[in-house]
Amino acid sequence: MSTIAMNYELRLYVAGQTAKSIAAVANLKRICETHLAGQYRIEVIDLTKTPQLAAGDQILALPTLVRRLPEPIKKIIGDLSDEERVLVGLDVQPVKE
Amino acid sequence: MSKDTNAHATPVLPKSPTGITGLDEITGGGLPTGRPTLVCGSAGCGKTMLATEFIVRGAAEFGEPGVFLMFEENAAELTANVRSLGFDLERLVKEKKVLLDHVHIERSEIEETGEYDLEGLFIRLGHAIDSIGAKRVVLDTVEALFAGLPNHGILRAELRRLFRWLKDRGMTAIITGEKGDGNAITRYGLEEYVADCVITLDHRVTEQISTRRLRVLKYRGSAHGTNEYPFLIGERGISVLPITSLRLDHAAPSERLCTGISRLDEMLGGQGVFRGSSVLVSGAPGTGKSSIGAKFAEAACRRGERALLFAYEESSAQIVRNMRSIGIDLAPWMEKGLLQIHASRPTLQGLEQHLVGLHDTVKAFRPAVVVVDPISNLTLDRSDAEVKPTLMRLIDFLKQQQITTVFTSLTTGGSTASAAEDSQVGVSSLMDAWLLLRNVEFNGERNRTLYVLKARGTAHSNQVREFVLSDAGIALVDVYLGADRVLTGTARVAQAAHEHSAAELRREDHERKLRQLASKRKVIEAQIAALNAEGEAEEAEVKFAIAHETLREETTQQNSADMGQLRGGETTANKATKGKR
Repeated sequence: MSTIAMNYELRLYVAGQTAKSIAAVANLKRICETHLAGQYRIEVIDLTKTPQLAAGDQILALPTLVRRLPEPIKKIIGDLSDEERVLVGLDVQPVKE
Repeated sequence: MSKDTNAHATPVLPKSPTGITGLDEITGGGLPTGRPTLVCGSAGCGKTMLATEFIVRGAAEFGEPGVFLMFEENAAELTANVRSLGFDLERLVKEKKVLLDHVHIERSEIEETGEYDLEGLFIRLGHAIDSIGAKRVVLDTVEALFAGLPNHGILRAELRRLFRWLKDRGMTAIITGEKGDGNAITRYGLEEYVADCVITLDHRVTEQISTRRLRVLKYRGSAHGTNEYPFLIGERGISVLPITSLRLDHAAPSERLCTGISRLDEMLGGQGVFRGSSVLVSGAPGTGKSSIGAKFAEAACRRGERALLFAYEESSAQIVRNMRSIGIDLAPWMEKGLLQIHASRPTLQGLEQHLVGLHDTVKAFRPAVVVVDPISNLTLDRSDAEVKPTLMRLIDFLKQQQITTVFTSLTTGGSTASAAEDSQVGVSSLMDAWLLLRNVEFNGERNRTLYVLKARGTAHSNQVREFVLSDAGIALVDVYLGADRVLTGTARVAQAAHEHSAAELRREDHERKLRQLASKRKVIEAQIAALNAEGEAEEAEVKFAIAHETLREETTQQNSADMGQLRGGETTANKATKGKR
């Protein structure tokens, strides 16, 4: 069964250029390219620069990945190193290689 | 006292006042400035309330803006909840004195993948603090994180870092926590991280009456009251009792107030009771306690002072009707606004709740006289040990305001005097004057008697008086002391009639005796006159005899002289003739 074409709107909250932030950004890009090629949009928000944005998405833990679309909103916390769980979290059918 | 103020002036530890009535007294000035305080207790015991008041009062009264980070309620809910207590959070938020931030965490939305930290919370809190220049922070309650975040290892490490961070930023913070099972202070052991000051709240129900209690479990670097103190969530927020800590420094005015019953004033040294003193009126059912209380209130109104009557047995209308039957008309004073009657069921609230209600009413009405009728109903099913401190606080509070108080008390004791006295020992020592009302049953009727058991600072009467309630009002009349008991009622009237006729008889007897005396005197006077006359006659007789004697003697002498002369002449003549011869 092929993935239904839909747009994933993802937002990744990080705090500065910490090891966890850098790892999270890299992991996210890799997973999306692998499994959601062409169907996603990533926005990386550095809360050290825009702290007022933390309240809007109820951010506590960092890094946090928020799947804003499709509904419902899902949150994945951590550096996204566990690819399988990220896919479960995003509710994405992995692309078999 | 001066030592105390000095101690407060140079505190060992800087403290931030909470503004919560009573709490600042217990903690000696407030919570430790720049340090986190843990407030814990079971559900519904007032943690959020205390935290909210800390923030609101800090912002409104002490110029310290505050951030309220809530994990359970949202801003709208909290605002609505505290509005009923007179806190206008919306206004403070608009004025940028308070910042409310709702931290919502939904376990089902969250998936954990790899390492993370709670930097997001730090950033949020930091941003909130910076945006209003906050000095106070409340986290209510961070324990919600334990439910929301699966990795407790990370969470604990991050909380430790958070409290450290708050301390470093110099935030005076309150962290609330749910009470744990058994002896655990909090469910997730927050006390491990927040150890500067721990306050526990408790909500207990005894005898179907609930009482909230507060205790300062720990206060590092400061002395504090260690007892459990009852506290209330009233119309003006939290009140921790003692409201006026147990001091004995009230003024003692020497002005006297009349009680409205002139004979009672006489019994109390002629001028009634001192202003600001407390009077206990105790007695068995139906001895006229309420009537004395009502009369006292009425007397205050007559002087143009305000009086406040707390009734725990009758409704306001019932009191007015019943008092009218003994000639006390309260209705006009109520219309004039000089008298207020607050009637409520004593079981409606706990003792402390009543006390705070009383406080609020007294503060609002500012009366000169307060009558509580009766206090014994407030103390229903409670041990003396519990009641006494509470009443002491009440009396102290009223004395500070120089309010004269009358407490009536229903005694449970039997007919003997000692039983009636025993049952009031718990509270009587707090009272300045104590009037004991008793029923005397004798000769087929029951009569009321009154006496002054004690009256501090007055030369009060030691006499028992009969206490008569009639449609003409309250009167005190002398009782008659019979052979073995005092006579009251008809026995007294009979005795009075008896004594009256006896007196009449005596009076007539006296008059008769006087008359007898007068006539006797007349007889004696007549006798004296007769004797005088007799004396005079005797004297005249004697004088006559003496005069007679004298005369005869003189005559005799004259005669003998004459005779001598005659004889002598003859002799001389004889001699002469002899010589011649």
